[in-house]
Amino acid sequence: MTGLALLIPIALGMGLLGLCAFLWSMRAGQYDDMDGAAARILIDEEDAP
Amino acid sequence: MNAPSPLLAGHTPLVTTRLTVPGMKCAGCIGKIERELAKTPGIATARANLSAKRVAISHDPGLDEGALADALLALGFESQPVADNPLASDDAERRRLTRALGVAGFGMMNIMLLSVSVWSGAEGATRALFHWLSAAIALPVVAYAGRPFFASAWMALKHRRTNMDVPISIGVILATCMSLYETVTGGAHAFFDSAVMLLFFLLAGRALDAEMRTRTRAGIGALLGRMGKSASVIGPDGTARRVAARDLAPGMLVLVAAGEALAADGEVVEGRSAIDNAMLTGESAPEPVTPGSLVYAGAINLGAALRVRLTRVAEDTALAEIARAMDEAGQSRSAYVRIADRASQAYAPVVHALALAAFAGWMIAGAGWHASITIAIAVLIITCPCAMGLAVPAAQVVAAGALMRRGLMVKDGSALERLAECDVAVLDKTGTLTLGTPRADIAALGPAARAIALALAQTSRHPLSRGLAAAALREGVTPAEVADIRETGGTGLEGRWQGVTVALEKPDGGGDGALLATMLRIGETRRTIPFSDPLRADAAATIAALAREGLPARILSGDRAAPVAAMARALGIPAEAEADPRGKLAALEALKARGHRPLMVGDGLNDGPALAAAHASIAPGTASDASQQAADAVFIGDSLMPVALAVRVARATMRIVRQNFGFSIVYNALAVPLALTGQVTPLVAAIAMSASSLVVIANSLRLAGATR
Repeated sequence: MTGLALLIPIALGMGLLGLCAFLWSMRAGQYDDMDGAAARILIDEEDAP
Repeated sequence: MNAPSPLLAGHTPLVTTRLTVPGMKCAGCIGKIERELAKTPGIATARANLSAKRVAISHDPGLDEGALADALLALGFESQPVADNPLASDDAERRRLTRALGVAGFGMMNIMLLSVSVWSGAEGATRALFHWLSAAIALPVVAYAGRPFFASAWMALKHRRTNMDVPISIGVILATCMSLYETVTGGAHAFFDSAVMLLFFLLAGRALDAEMRTRTRAGIGALLGRMGKSASVIGPDGTARRVAARDLAPGMLVLVAAGEALAADGEVVEGRSAIDNAMLTGESAPEPVTPGSLVYAGAINLGAALRVRLTRVAEDTALAEIARAMDEAGQSRSAYVRIADRASQAYAPVVHALALAAFAGWMIAGAGWHASITIAIAVLIITCPCAMGLAVPAAQVVAAGALMRRGLMVKDGSALERLAECDVAVLDKTGTLTLGTPRADIAALGPAARAIALALAQTSRHPLSRGLAAAALREGVTPAEVADIRETGGTGLEGRWQGVTVALEKPDGGGDGALLATMLRIGETRRTIPFSDPLRADAAATIAALAREGLPARILSGDRAAPVAAMARALGIPAEAEADPRGKLAALEALKARGHRPLMVGDGLNDGPALAAAHASIAPGTASDASQQAADAVFIGDSLMPVALAVRVARATMRIVRQNFGFSIVYNALAVPLALTGQVTPLVAAIAMSASSLVVIANSLRLAGATR
């Protein structure tokens, strides 16, 4: 029973952390340009013509 | 937005302008735009969004939209300022649903964690604690994540109707209240997990639906926006200023530069040029204009600059009139009831009657208030249309994704449902059965002539020049070195090649417009290059495929009778020619009056009202903006086959949807007796619900291969 008092808050806290991270990433526009994110990796910064 | 003083540039805050850039396709484009634009004076940063084909530019308030568009054009990208975003509310709804889905997912997982302990035998104080914890999580989650359903159910009830959301809302609210009562009185069974899981699965369905809409609309939105949204008005003192289309007034004198689209109807006062009226008529052949000619909003000036005295503006333009006709024609379609709502209209009364009967039955049998209510709620939860809520969107999203990969964008789920019901296909000629762009026949030209023709043609925006350049490039021709190329509006192109004068000109005596051609002159030799608007390569195959699906095709064209009849004979289908927009609308209405459900495929603005009136409609990606707005789906590329494919996939989708419904009914037939006899514990409800949802999703995924 004493274990529960520790484990339940940890479980809930981690779930809440995940939820907050998801809500933050949505607000920060991480999902706004999925195609662009995939393409940006190919941009070669040094190779400016 | 437009602060006037550029002198204060260092101190005024930057403003952000969004431009849509349809030509942005790859990482190289993003890199070029972001790197090079930032070097332009007055532009601080540029950020490209590849999915939406948009660039957000943070710049000095002194720069206007025209200057930004010019900067992009210098990099080789055409752009349009984004109008007041009509899709913003859609996007907000999708975000709200995704947030609600995240919250419901969090609640579901944590409550399930606690529920598993209760199912595996937690008792006494531990069970009470877990129930209280579950309640503490479930109440805010249900209040937040359930809002889309509660709001929609409330709207329906207020108008004395019922929809899918009414049984869902009643089930969720009753289950939550009952579980709360159980928790307070220290009872054994709480249904928090079921209530939240129900919300999670249903939200997943809704989020899929919204995602499908925004994704395809972003694709179509990138194609839109070519109509003139502003004009350069010349004041009495000779200075020009940009005025938005809605602020124009009759009598104003506007300057229309080469390549610009007209924002209102008017009469040419000064200048000679050719205009592209494809927006209005769907015909790609350019029309010469001289002082005194009437020009219409949406036409694009191809040659020299024109001065136009406006006659009709904003709501009075020919374009707006057609748009109104489309609006009226579209009214009937908004009355269409989607299959999910039709199913729930039959379903909801049965479920509510069953739950009520269970309650009454157990009361009569003497089970007591508490037991009877518990059983009634169990019936509501287990029959709650969880699988049904997913049955339709899951299948439609998978089908739309498969079609999108084949170049056809379906606007929403209701479009797929209506496509599946069509039983006759009506096709426009120019731009639909044909490619709509003139293609040059350069087979007769020698290598040197080809190289010269390409060098001349690629400097011009004239449709014939573009068609010629495209044909030469397809043959792998490299342009010759032609110097001093000049373009004279309405006449042609001229340049010098190895000391000889070369030119592309109007052919002599080609005034009837029936034969499209241009004349290539090298020194004193003259050659005629004929143009044709060829049939799409797979037009006949598509018509055959449509016939196999039970959709006999017919041509309905605004073109002259002779070419239409020739094409109809070649394809072996009936045709009707010389139909104006009203005539096309009437033909569609006549078909509907005879009990048919027509599928309209067309591109020009003259097809707009017919597209809006048809049971379902498809437009090619080269169609006018208004037609793309009115159509249910848009296809890209030179192939017509996506039209037949769309009908086939739409029908396959409806088959899967019916299977999903059938499965839900079988599942209910098995589960309801259990619930009625009081055998359903929270564990059984949770397993039954997730199993049925997974089966429905798995069945829908089979559609991914439907386009093969």
